[in-house]
Amino acid sequence: MKKSWILLLLGLASAAVFLVAPMIGMKFLGLDAVFPHGPDTIDSHIFWKIRLPRVCTSFLAGAALAVGGSAFQAMFRNPLATPFTLGVASGASLGASLYVGLGFSFSFLGISGSSLSAFAGAVLAILVVYSFTRARRSFSTGSMLLAGVALSFFFSSLILLIQYMSDFTKTFHILRRLIGGIEAVGFDSVLSLFPFVASGAVIIFSLNRELNLLSTGEDLAASRGVNVVRTKQVIFLGASLMIGGVVSICGPIGFIGMMVPHICRLMIGPDNRYLTFASLMFGGGFLTLCDMLARTLFAPVELPVGVVTAILGGPFFFWLLLAGSSERTVF
Amino acid sequence: MIMNEPAIEVENFSFAFGSKRILDRVSLKVSVGDSLSIIGPNGAGKTTLIKCLNRILSGGQGSIKIKGKPLELYSQKELAMAVSYVPQADGRQLPFTVEEFVTMGRYPYLSPFSSVSRQDRGIVRRAMELTATDSFADRTLGSLSGGERQKVFIAAAVAQEADILLLDEPTTFLDYRHQVEIRRLIKDLNRHHNTTIMAVTHDINDAVVSGSRVLALKAGELLFDGSPQELIRQGLLENIYETSFFLIDHPRTGRPIITPEESEP
Repeated sequence: MKKSWILLLLGLASAAVFLVAPMIGMKFLGLDAVFPHGPDTIDSHIFWKIRLPRVCTSFLAGAALAVGGSAFQAMFRNPLATPFTLGVASGASLGASLYVGLGFSFSFLGISGSSLSAFAGAVLAILVVYSFTRARRSFSTGSMLLAGVALSFFFSSLILLIQYMSDFTKTFHILRRLIGGIEAVGFDSVLSLFPFVASGAVIIFSLNRELNLLSTGEDLAASRGVNVVRTKQVIFLGASLMIGGVVSICGPIGFIGMMVPHICRLMIGPDNRYLTFASLMFGGGFLTLCDMLARTLFAPVELPVGVVTAILGGPFFFWLLLAGSSERTVF
Repeated sequence: MIMNEPAIEVENFSFAFGSKRILDRVSLKVSVGDSLSIIGPNGAGKTTLIKCLNRILSGGQGSIKIKGKPLELYSQKELAMAVSYVPQADGRQLPFTVEEFVTMGRYPYLSPFSSVSRQDRGIVRRAMELTATDSFADRTLGSLSGGERQKVFIAAAVAQEADILLLDEPTTFLDYRHQVEIRRLIKDLNRHHNTTIMAVTHDINDAVVSGSRVLALKAGELLFDGSPQELIRQGLLENIYETSFFLIDHPRTGRPIITPEESEP
């Protein structure tokens, strides 16, 4: 079948990116570095301890952002509805800023306090959005998105306020978090990210059929036997696990969650049974690629990966708005 | 056809959005194999009534039974096996192909990770043949005309294999040919597949022609439940719609044709 072939090709391409990316950097590392003959060389140390964890982190993060985005787009029947447009990123940033601004210092189960605060902020934002959807039955997706934008502005102002009242060092720390990026040394961040992403992805994958039905409208979904309220709760849970986990470790990385599902929809159609899987692989591969560019283009200076994704994503988005009215992609 | 076996029983049912009461102590009984039309002015609660019957809207006071079993004892999937629904044509954008969309009607019979069985595919195929939508099975819904789309929506409801079919203004916005086709299709489902039909309509003549029974709602109350002839004889139309009507007898069938009286000549 055609769709299976596209999935297979996507899988192979993202696997290739995943395998090649850790070799490429300021210095190309060949197989000698991957499988050193003698004792640990510097090159093998760079490969195993620095580049591979980073590639794993970016792959997980990209996959999670894309899968979360495609789930939200289907659930809200709107191409602009992603956890990011609904204020999750700014919620996470607010959490992290509060942690830095108030001078906290703690960690729990090996996860840093700033990550935990960011996670709490992301979950808070999703809760606000969720209770918004529950408050009135008749809320349109339009008002949902407006509320998300308003929430983002509100959180951003609070962040500015915290920055304004903090000293110089703290302000700098907060700024670093706001920019977002993938910084992984060793496998700690991979290990703390993996459970979030895996559990969220399993949840979303188990609900692909429900997502298809929700994307035809909540009334139709209910009439075909979907328990709409509970299904949406579970999707919210899955998405907040994934997005919260990613944002708490990598900061806000824009556009992946919005852009990747759209590209995948163009390639493979709107059926979520294929789409979520395609988004997972494309998102993982794409962010890994962007991060590779971010750390090599102007080496030794490293660009924040959010800059690369947004520079690629912005023009794409204009293109999508102008030319993307294909009936297969737009709800 | 088995008569008098209950399909839908509504007793003293009220429903409100916040403080706004939409349905007010509605009671009605529908037997298996019945076909009835719901008429009434805008905002009378017709759509709400239909949406409560298959729990698109949940809540409300009073009792609803579907095929003798209280609504609250149904899971949403079980309910979907008993009741199917065709929504108002609201111009929603659907990116799926006809076949993908009709296949979604099989949802209540599928478990999470199982694939669609050959038997399911056969049922989908027959539903598309019955509604004459199989010739454009691979086209996307967005590329269809309003009439074709409506047939696809009915096909998906047929694929759901429920005994009760609820339709919300199935012929509104359609051209005459498609109106006739959709009416014929609904009649066929009722007569030959013993599907119980409950259709909201704005076209009283449609109700007179197709409905063996008419329910009239106004401001959430059930004003009338009976035959179209009785509705006209009681002179209730003026009361329901708050406007005057002309009645003209159809030259061939003799059935009354109803048309609103305009003040302009």
